[in-house]
Order: sequence, then structure tokens, then C-alpha cells
Amino acid sequence: MSLLEVVNLRTHFATDRGTVRAVDGVSFTLDDGEVLGLVGESGSGKSVTALSIMRLVREPPGRISADRLVFDGIDLLQAQPQELRALRTARIAIVFQDPMRSLNPVLTIGRQLTETLRRHQGLDAKPAARRAVKLLEMVGIPSAAKRLTAYPHQFSGGMRQRVMIAIALSCNPRILIADEATTALDVTIQAQIVDLVKRLTREMGTAVIWISHDLGLVAGFCDVVNVMYAGRIVEAGPVRDVFQRPSHGYTLGLMSCTPRVDLVGQPLTPIEGLPPNLMEPIRLCPFLPRCRVSVGACASVLPPARAISPGHFASCHADLRAHWRG
Amino acid sequence: MNRAAPLLVVEDLRVHFPAAGRLFRPGPPVRAVDGVSFSVGRGRTLGLVGESGCGKSTTGYGVLQLIRPTSGRVLLEGADLTTLDSKALRPLRRRMQIIFQDSAASLDPRMPVGDLIAEVLDIHGLHKGRERPKRVRRLLDLVGIAAHFLERYPHELSGGQAQRIAICRALAVEPELIVCDEPVSALDVSIQAQIVNLLQGVQRELGLTYIFISHDLSVVRHVSDEVAVMYLGKIVERADRESIFTAAAHPYTKALLSAVPIPDPEIEQARERIILSGDLPSPTDPPSGCRFRTRCPIAIAACAAAEPPAKVLNADHEVACIRV
Amino acid sequence: MATSVGTRAEEGEFLASQRYEGGMRLAARQLVRNRAAATGLVCLALICLCALLAPLLAPYDPVQINLSAKLRPPGDEYLLGTDHFGRDVLSRLLYGARVSLLVGLIVVTFALSIGVPIGLIAGFLGGTIDNVLMRAMDAFLTFPPLLLAVAIVGLMGPDIENVTLALGVVQVPVLARIVRGSTLAVREETYITAMRALGASPLRIVTRHVLRNTLSPIVVQITIVFSAAVIAEASLSFLGLGTQPPQPSWGRDLADARRYMADAPWLFLAPTAALMLAVLSINFVGDGLRDALDPRAWRTRRRRAGRNERAV
Repeated sequence: MSLLEVVNLRTHFATDRGTVRAVDGVSFTLDDGEVLGLVGESGSGKSVTALSIMRLVREPPGRISADRLVFDGIDLLQAQPQELRALRTARIAIVFQDPMRSLNPVLTIGRQLTETLRRHQGLDAKPAARRAVKLLEMVGIPSAAKRLTAYPHQFSGGMRQRVMIAIALSCNPRILIADEATTALDVTIQAQIVDLVKRLTREMGTAVIWISHDLGLVAGFCDVVNVMYAGRIVEAGPVRDVFQRPSHGYTLGLMSCTPRVDLVGQPLTPIEGLPPNLMEPIRLCPFLPRCRVSVGACASVLPPARAISPGHFASCHADLRAHWRG
Repeated sequence: MNRAAPLLVVEDLRVHFPAAGRLFRPGPPVRAVDGVSFSVGRGRTLGLVGESGCGKSTTGYGVLQLIRPTSGRVLLEGADLTTLDSKALRPLRRRMQIIFQDSAASLDPRMPVGDLIAEVLDIHGLHKGRERPKRVRRLLDLVGIAAHFLERYPHELSGGQAQRIAICRALAVEPELIVCDEPVSALDVSIQAQIVNLLQGVQRELGLTYIFISHDLSVVRHVSDEVAVMYLGKIVERADRESIFTAAAHPYTKALLSAVPIPDPEIEQARERIILSGDLPSPTDPPSGCRFRTRCPIAIAACAAAEPPAKVLNADHEVACIRV
Repeated sequence: MATSVGTRAEEGEFLASQRYEGGMRLAARQLVRNRAAATGLVCLALICLCALLAPLLAPYDPVQINLSAKLRPPGDEYLLGTDHFGRDVLSRLLYGARVSLLVGLIVVTFALSIGVPIGLIAGFLGGTIDNVLMRAMDAFLTFPPLLLAVAIVGLMGPDIENVTLALGVVQVPVLARIVRGSTLAVREETYITAMRALGASPLRIVTRHVLRNTLSPIVVQITIVFSAAVIAEASLSFLGLGTQPPQPSWGRDLADARRYMADAPWLFLAPTAALMLAVLSINFVGDGLRDALDPRAWRTRRRRAGRNERAV
């Protein structure tokens, strides 16, 4: 049985100008220790997917529904607020992009760490403090014991993100969700943090949902990748398969317009047009207006998920084999 | 493209900011830019790269005299901009423009797009009367914006559209040099490619010279002819594009390049990463000698003694490191 | 990527589109969409109308004493009743509006014409000028407004003009401070740096860009100033320091009504209701203006409904 089963997840927001279908039929499974990448640009629904899994979306105006949303045998849609609170951080943890906004600026780091430990693991003050120091050491914060009394603003961006990771991993969760966790960091710091997360999650056997717009990060860390567009997963599969044999117009478009630091002279083929309007229900492929490789069938029927190879699916009518490189 | 007479020459540029200190004892200044020198040939693109706090944006502002440098010279075709007062600078501003990272914020939110462009033409008395609509239309065509956007307000524009308008406005004064300060960092990848292509297309068509400031090395490799790598206010390595990306000499440049993710699982998962230790030192109190030595994997005792001079490796390739 | 404006029809449309909807028109449209503000606007307009047309609308002379008709309750002859001197309450209300509105208007104009330039200059130029100006403003701010007004009136005699002067003087530093703060914020905005880079002169930047973008807090403060002035005038008149009898004034009438609360409650209710209506209307309009002046609320009318939305 998979650790996390998501079938047909839909998260819609009611606004005064219409219903925004931020997530519109997302399905995937996550196994123990697996690293799943969710790739997409702004408006693709990747962050909302993560928030929906943890039921962190405010309902109303949001409305989360799914055919199945089960974590470790627990139905997350039916769970009571107390159950959900007990799950968050303890069993499913999330690290956000901007640690300055996730950390309370008026509480010390130590207080925020121990608060989590005491609530979820029932530790007393002294044991919690000792464990907090161990956690800070684990994430590579020098002079950990002294840093317990420091405030978030006294840390650099990379340090703060390490603290967030420490808090997230403090109760040994089964799933760690990283939502653009390194986007705001400098590239050398980003490398440090990714390295840290890789190492710790492998040691602890934690499954990871890595959300990013950066194809390179996903290529380096993830086992499986889901490409999202307009609230749906348009292509999914093992990371090597998807990168070497992209089978959706959007995946192909993304790869063609991403500059690479190791290649020179390759033209950037931009994806023309603008992101789609999430308020319109989807009858045809949402990427059609911007797609360079569309075929006749695209204008008449929504493409079903087609198997490209074992475990690799794409919702695309077109045959993109000519675009595959080796 | 006359290499012998560069359009812009920057000599030992320094921009220091007074620091917040105690009541009667001012603290040490923030040395955001601390001795930067380079030149850019006409029609070329210099990529200025580095991480946060390295001073690349401040260098761009200093070149344009939007922040007056503490010392140093900025020569635009021989004329030293640092010696001119703001009144004398104003007509020269037609020759050098800037595009910002947050494009929507660079547009007055209370003015429709048409007014924003027209105002620029008014300031410099360009294309008056009947010429005006034609000129505006040509400018819009250059950046690929449809006419009906003229009546829109900045908040009604998408990120990419706003950046096109900002570029359009900069082009309206017919500049020769444009400082692009992280012009695509805030945009989605698909839109980034649109804007990068636009910038390159316009450069070819109008013979523009760019200083392209970015932390994104992949984009910099795509657009630059020359690259200068900055760390804590100094240029640590400067070379033509190929040398930087295939034969980087400075340990910081090497670490930077190894940290950039590559969208190819085969390559990415097999890579040897140079992981730097520690955080960026504070710009108010940089390490003595070579500023990079506290995080450098090959630092030795001598690195703390004095700032490394720029060593010339070959024509067009300079490194500031004693270990090279 | 170039778009071509080919046919003559499109060309005409292009040139026509050079006339844009001004920001003020869009703001006005936003304002009337806000129900509370629209209601406030209507009430305010009515009050102004009453004040202007008082001589035509008032059924009786507000200062005419008629002891035979004193303390009559509201009825056919006297719509809102009479006071202890037999004067028609309605007429006094209408004429009283004149005083309140006039005081409000003068105080606002005074505060605006002095406070805004001070704030703009201090905020934009900074440095020593900023320091000097703000310390001067601070000096005035230390006086509790009402007490300063009382002091001035005590020195120069109880007179509506002195009251207005006092209230105006006291509002200047508040407005200056707000404008300065707003200017400081706007000055750091990217679009101001962009204008400098484009070669705009400081004068152009201040008058065309800084001023308009500091407008919103100014407008909100103006409405606060206005209603504060109206209330202050009423308070001072209540204390006997403002409008002198027999001139009608809402505050003055409130003071007189105290003695007759039990017997003639309408004497108290009428000016109170008038004051409340005036102040509430001004506040609603102020709130509405603050929202309407935010350019993010402006929606231009799309000429071709969405057809070209996907282009670029």
C-alpha cells in the first residue's frame, strides 16, 4: 500500500469573479522513501496541491474534494481538525519558500523548535532543549547550543531554512514537503541545502515531495516527476524517462526554453502566450493555445493519459518522438 | 564593434554606504562595491554575476550615477560621469538606461501605459506632434505589445507584459547602453525566454550595449559575450564567456558553476559538487586579504595577508587569486 | 513578434486609443460603486445644499425670538419644534450647517495649503531641511488641539474666525507629518528611480509622480481633518467659546438643549443627529476615497472584449 494516495484531487476557490480551479484533477501516489517532484510555473497548482494534502487551505473560500486522499491508511478528507493537527509536522511536514514568514519573529529559535517537540512528542522542557540542540547540529548550524536563544532575524537566509528543516524533521515525519524551499536562496547556499535535505531524508527514510519550477533541481534529486499545468498533471514518470523522452507539449516547451549552464549556442524557444485562465472549465487540453506541436485531435477532444513506457504517462495527442534526444 | 575603443570604461569603482552605528560613533561603512574595474565594447554584453550582497546591482546603479560612487571613474566614451553634477548628467541619461527586476514596480501605478511612454518622449522633447503616434507604434512593435495596451494601467499587466513596457520605455530615448538588473529573475521560465529573446533581438537591431546583471548563470551563459564574477564587492574573475564557463580559474567561480542545477538527470546525478562551507561574510566586515578565503576550499595562510591582485591568465582572462 | 496595425480601421482605432481614461475618472467610478461611500456622498451633498440654500429653505428667521411659541414640540407649524426662545429648530439647523461646513472647509484649505508643501519638501529633500521643518512641526504638535484653540480664543476673543484659525494651525503639523511619511515611502519606489534614470528633473518627479502617489493618505487625512473641525467647532461653541449667540450653531444649540432635556428632547436630538450625519458621511466618503484612489482597484473598460487578450 502506498504511503500517500491522491486520486482526482480538486481544490477550487470561490471568488467574486468566478471559481478558480487551482487544482483540477490531480492523481499520484507516493511510496515510502520515494522522492516525487512537482514541476510547474506559477499558477500550475503545485503549491496548492501540497497545501491541499495537508488541508492547510482555508475552506471557505477554498473547497477541497477528491475521490481518494489517504495518508498511511488515514482518510485526510474525513479527518477531524484535531487529527489533522496531530498529523502536521509530526507525520507530514512542510518547508516553505520564505523562512522569514514561517518563523515567528518574536520567538527564539529554541522556543519554536521545542514547542513542536513538546506538542508532538510530549517531551519536557530539558529533554526537548537537548533534542533541539541535536537537531540544529544535524542541520549543520554551528554553535548550536548557543543559537537556541537567538531570534530568526539574527540568522542568514540559508541558516533560517536549515532551522525550518530541523523543525520539519524534528518528529521524524513520513513525508517532507518542500515547497520551493530553495528558490529564495543563493545558488551556492541552495546547493548546501539540497545536499542536506538529500542526506537527511535518505538517512531517515523520509519520502519527499519536492515542489519547484527549476528543472535542474528536480533532475538532480527526484525519482519521479509530475509536470503540472493549469491545475492538472500533464506528464508523469521516472525522472530519466520524462527528461529524455518528454511526451507532452508543455514538458517539451519547458525544456526548450530553459537555458543551460553547460551548453552554448542553443537557441531558446520560448513558450508564447500567457498562462491560462483558471476560471474556465477544461474541455480541451489547457496548453493548446500555446502549443507548438499540437495536432488535429487536440482541437476536438481532451487527451487521455497515454502510457509512453512503464510508469510514464502523458496527456497528449501528439507523437513527440522526433524531439527526443538520444 | 571596435574593440579598441570601448563604449564604457569603469576604473576602480567604489560605492560605500555609511553604516548604522552607535550614537556618536559611526560604524564601519558597508563596502558594497570596493574597487571594480572593467570595460564594455560597443554592441557587446557583459554579464555581471554573483550572489546576494556581492554588489552587482550597486555596480550597475553606480555606473549610471543613480547612486553616486564614493570614488572611481566611469567613462562613457571618454567622458567621466562621476565628475558631472545632476544637471549636466540629465541630457546624458538618454545614452544609458536601466531595466529593473520588478518591472511592474518600475512603472508609476497611476499612469496608463501610453502616458508612461509619452512622458519619456516629452522629457527629452522627442517626436512631437504628428510624429508621436508613429513613433509610439514603432516602439510597441519593437517589443511586441499590441496597441490596446496603451490604455492599461501597470497593475493590469502580466509580469512579461510589464517588462516589455519597461524595455519599450527605455528604448524610447534611443540609448546606447542598457543596464539590465536581473531583468528576468522574477518571471516564469517560459516568459523569461520570451524576454531574453526580445532583449537579444533588440540588441542586434539597434546595436545596443548591455551590462546584464544576474545571479542565474544559465541565462548569463546564453546572453553574454564577457562575464565578470563578483564576490563581496570585488571582481574575482573576468573573462570572455567561453573561458569562464569551460576554463574557470577562480575557486569561487568553480564552486558557483558546480552549484548550478542542470536539467538533465544523467549529468546532474553524476556530478561532483563543490559545496562551499559557511555563509557569506558581512559586507561591513569583510575578511582580510582575499575576501573569499573563509569559504575557499584551497585557501592557505598567505591568502589572509593581502588582497590578491588581478592576475592576467591570457588576453581577456583575469583572476584575482594567488593559488592560480 | 511584431504586431502589425495594418488596416485603416485599426490605425484609426490605434490613434483613438491615445485618449486614455484618466486615473481620476476611474477612481470616481470605483467610488460610486462603494455603497457606503455613495450614500455618504449623497448625504454630504444634501447637507451642502441645505447650507447653501438655507435662506430659501428655512421657514423662519433663525434668530427671531418669539416667546409665545417657546418649547413647542415638532408639529405642523414648526417641523422640528422650537427652542426656549421660540426660535424654529429646523431653521437654526439649516443655518447652523453653514457654520459647521464653512469652518470645516476653511480649516481644510488652510491645513492643505501649508501642510502639504511642508511635508513634500521635507520628505523629498530630507537632510537638514527635513530636520528643521519637522522640529517646527513637532513644536506645534505638542499643544493639545482643543486647549490651543481655547488659548487663542482666550487671547483674541471668542469669535468664529479665531476658532477657525486655531483649528487650522493645529491641523497643519499632523498633515505635514503624514505627507512627509508618504513622500519618504514613495521616494524609495522603483518607479521614482526609473524616472531619475530616464532624465526627469526633480520638479517633474515631485509634481507628477510623488504628489499623485501620496494623494491617498492626504485625502483620508483631509476627511479626518474636516470631521474633526466640525466636531471641534461644535465643542468650542458648546463651551461658549465659538459661535456667539444669537448665531445658530449646532454646538451652541446642544449646550442650550442641556437644560431642557427632560421637557424638550427634540432640542437635543436635532443638532446631535445633524452632527452625526455630517461626520459619518464624511468618514464613509473618506474610506471610499482611500479604496478608490488605489490604482489596483481601477479597471479600464476593455474595448475589444478579450479577443486580443492572448496576444503577447
